[in-house]
Amino acid sequence: MKVAYWPGCVSRGFTPELHGSMAKVAPLLDIELVELDRAACCGAGVIAEHNQELADSLNARTFALAQQVSGAELMMNICSTCQGAQNECQERLDANTPYREHVNEVLAAENLRYERGLTNKHFLWLMVEEIGLETIAAKVTRPLTDLRVGPFYGCYIVRPTERLGIDREHPRDTYLHQLIEALGGTVVDYAGQYKCCGFPIITMHRENSLKQAGRHLGDAIDADADCLVTPCPLCHLNLDLQQPLAEKVIGRQLGMPVLHLPQLVGLALGLDPKELGLTKHVVKPTTVIDWSTSVVAGVSS
Amino acid sequence: MADYRLRIRRFSPESGEAPHWQEYEVDLDGHRSVLDGILQVKDREDGSIGIRCSCRAAICGSCGVRINGRPNLACHTHLDKAAETATDGVITVEPMGNMPVLKDLIVDMDAVHWKKIQRVTPWLLPDGPEPEREYIVPPESMIDVTQTMACIQCGACVSDCLSMEVDPLFVGPAALAKAYRFVGDPRDGQQFERLKDLAEDPHGIYDCTHCFNCIEACPKGVAPMSQIMRLRRVANADHHIEDRNNGHRHERAFVRNIERNGWLHEADLLPDSYGGKFHPRAVPELARSLPAILKALQRGKVTPQKALLHPHKAPDDVKRIYKHVHEKRERFELNLYVVGKEDEDAGPPDGVAAGAGASSAHGSSAGHTPAERSPNQ
Repeated sequence: MKVAYWPGCVSRGFTPELHGSMAKVAPLLDIELVELDRAACCGAGVIAEHNQELADSLNARTFALAQQVSGAELMMNICSTCQGAQNECQERLDANTPYREHVNEVLAAENLRYERGLTNKHFLWLMVEEIGLETIAAKVTRPLTDLRVGPFYGCYIVRPTERLGIDREHPRDTYLHQLIEALGGTVVDYAGQYKCCGFPIITMHRENSLKQAGRHLGDAIDADADCLVTPCPLCHLNLDLQQPLAEKVIGRQLGMPVLHLPQLVGLALGLDPKELGLTKHVVKPTTVIDWSTSVVAGVSS
Repeated sequence: MADYRLRIRRFSPESGEAPHWQEYEVDLDGHRSVLDGILQVKDREDGSIGIRCSCRAAICGSCGVRINGRPNLACHTHLDKAAETATDGVITVEPMGNMPVLKDLIVDMDAVHWKKIQRVTPWLLPDGPEPEREYIVPPESMIDVTQTMACIQCGACVSDCLSMEVDPLFVGPAALAKAYRFVGDPRDGQQFERLKDLAEDPHGIYDCTHCFNCIEACPKGVAPMSQIMRLRRVANADHHIEDRNNGHRHERAFVRNIERNGWLHEADLLPDSYGGKFHPRAVPELARSLPAILKALQRGKVTPQKALLHPHKAPDDVKRIYKHVHEKRERFELNLYVVGKEDEDAGPPDGVAAGAGASSAHGSSAGHTPAERSPNQ
């Protein structure tokens, strides 16, 4: 399937391994990525905090660019924060025609126009709802047998449930669980799986921010997880990049590897760990990968 | 056979025993509330179960509890709905979080919730001489604060606040929503002082981690987190409060970063959030982050070239959108709590665009979109 692809900022900034691994995994799932390279940052809630109309206009522009991609079935993103921040703007734009027209006026100068009702799905949602877990399971060549994976969703992709379309038919807050199982892994439930990584306040209240990250990582260790997987690169920054600093704040050794979603999928689909950028993590995923043979832990080759 | 089963968290401090779960059977229709269920158990089986309740109609805010792990009013949750979300079919009811448990389902609201409400001076502090008769307030100003006034002080948002979980001193969602009720009231004369106080407090508006738990928890649609974001917006855009927590600096750095680059250039954001690379405030902060920065370089996450020269620049039309919005006389905020949503299939509702009286009263350039009161920039 062809999708208008919004990779977000962080996947092309401090977590380049996310963007890279997505590019490797997409063809294996028959996803054609048409990158929205002219689109701008979703604002991550901060631009909306500054000025709601500015955030809505920038995202309407992104949506309009996505709607211009011919043959694309929908818009896809790979960041929980993008999903949530864009959903919030889209909710307002879709809810009120005069407001949408008002925003469209400023886009008209570039011949852009956002029409109500764009479908914008995170890669996680797309895998479950568009491709299907059975199809994905059938493509697994290296099942994650005996790998104990803790899901870390990120706030923006699970709350508020109504805005994100989470209901009984679309239990999107269980998709990571379902996916880990479809890939042959074992789901580890732990206290922090739906909590906040703390990243949004890292510059404002560093101690509280790292305390949150450290606590969730510690809870995952206590639940015997081998690694965490997250659909959010901002969570990855606090959980992986900042993990050594979080250790100091909470006074506990951690060493918990955190994988990006496409990396976990890529491993199960047989891709090389290095190709998936697993060497780029601060906490080396040594519990996940046997580096000598590139085989997932516990799996006979 | 009983219609529903409840698993209630029991705790009596005077017993000396640890908290424990106890199961009870409820003989009621599914449309009756979890509170009705608890009261039936109290009546028929065990009168010692402690729960606070009064109105049974989601007005008084007394019966806040966690049902299947999520905060809500016991009187506002149907038994059948609760049974659907129960993992093993048994509805679990436990006391709210972030507050000490006094007995069973009763938490100490005084020690946490009410103390924090008092922290934000929850009464009007008018300026100038008292008017001869009543204060005259434009209707749109009151509509602006309606959402926060819907709060019934049940403590559900406090229960699940993730910032408070790591920082018990955080002023918290309920109290900060209450703060906006007065910051947004045109009769109040202490808007700047209130905001300055809450911006400078390390446990104030910039301690909210934006996790949406309070929005999800609130049974009344107050969306406390959205009110905290409005407090930040007014503190920054209208009062330019340079707080010691870098709240204002971070927001400004982020917004300008995107205006320049289109995408976030993280290598600039961090120092700029502290006032710039060479600012005395930034130096110790960057030094503390140095281990993480070096690790990122070592692992090839970031190259020095990428960190120093951001290859991506914002397209001209992004800059034009910025200019267009910033040059407006007023900021626009479409609050769906106030104006509601259009019917999905039909077009806009008759005659209104923004509906509910919040519309053209502002005399704004857009005419149909409800604006915040405050001038832009």
